[in-house]
Amino acid sequence: MTTKTIAGVNIEVNEEGYMIDSGQWTEEVAKEIAKEEGIELTDEHFKVLEYIRNKVASGETLTIRGINKSGVVDAKTFYKLFPGAPLKKATKIAGVRKPESCI
Amino acid sequence: MENNEKVPLQKVMIICSKAALEDVYAALVMANGAVMEGIETKVFFTFFGLDAITKKTMNKLHTATVGNPGMRMPGGLPFPTLLGALPGVETGVTKMMKKEMEKLDMPPVDEFLELIEAGGGEIFACKLAADMFKLKKEDFHETVKDIITVGDLYAMCDGPGTQIIFT
Repeated sequence: MTTKTIAGVNIEVNEEGYMIDSGQWTEEVAKEIAKEEGIELTDEHFKVLEYIRNKVASGETLTIRGINKSGVVDAKTFYKLFPGAPLKKATKIAGVRKPESCI
Repeated sequence: MENNEKVPLQKVMIICSKAALEDVYAALVMANGAVMEGIETKVFFTFFGLDAITKKTMNKLHTATVGNPGMRMPGGLPFPTLLGALPGVETGVTKMMKKEMEKLDMPPVDEFLELIEAGGGEIFACKLAADMFKLKKEDFHETVKDIITVGDLYAMCDGPGTQIIFT
């Protein structure tokens, strides 16, 4: 666990860069983490991040299927918004823990 | 000289040759997982594995209750092979498996293939097996990109970070 200054705030992150305290998350923090991942956040990204934050807060498991059915974004767009490893990147930017699901 | 350089996995070719529910899902879970990690993913279905991409059969796969030593009764007692041979048992067991899978948000086969395709994964059918079972492109699910030969398959597996996985 290390402390990182993101968008002027001292934020505790784990060794992979995931935020420990989801409560420290702000849109500014998200933008900065996204930049490190090479992503420029748009409104569409924020809608997905909000969905992810709500799901995690309610204790539900995130899956690509769930995201595809969320009504917020379909799987194809999700892959486009967060290219590479979408769920890993999106959760990191959303300030929640890394997903533990295999699907 | 020893070479300790690690080459990250960049591409996988996953081969599925069986039609049992668990064999097909093993391939699909591995493929979807690879796509989600940003690994270039190709899935090749051959022999009975073609059932998983044939429109008529893809959502009716069964788990084998005969000749499956891993089978247990609910509660963990051994599952006698002769019981598995009784009419309706395989259907019942399959239904239970599917129910448990649904609980974990594992999608039906067609939906799973669509998710893999959405992430850029590619699905292929084996030409030899398709010829043998008299199946044509139109018999296959729309996510099937092409019917290819073994030679085509190997040609796709170039690059230092590529692995072929046979499930």
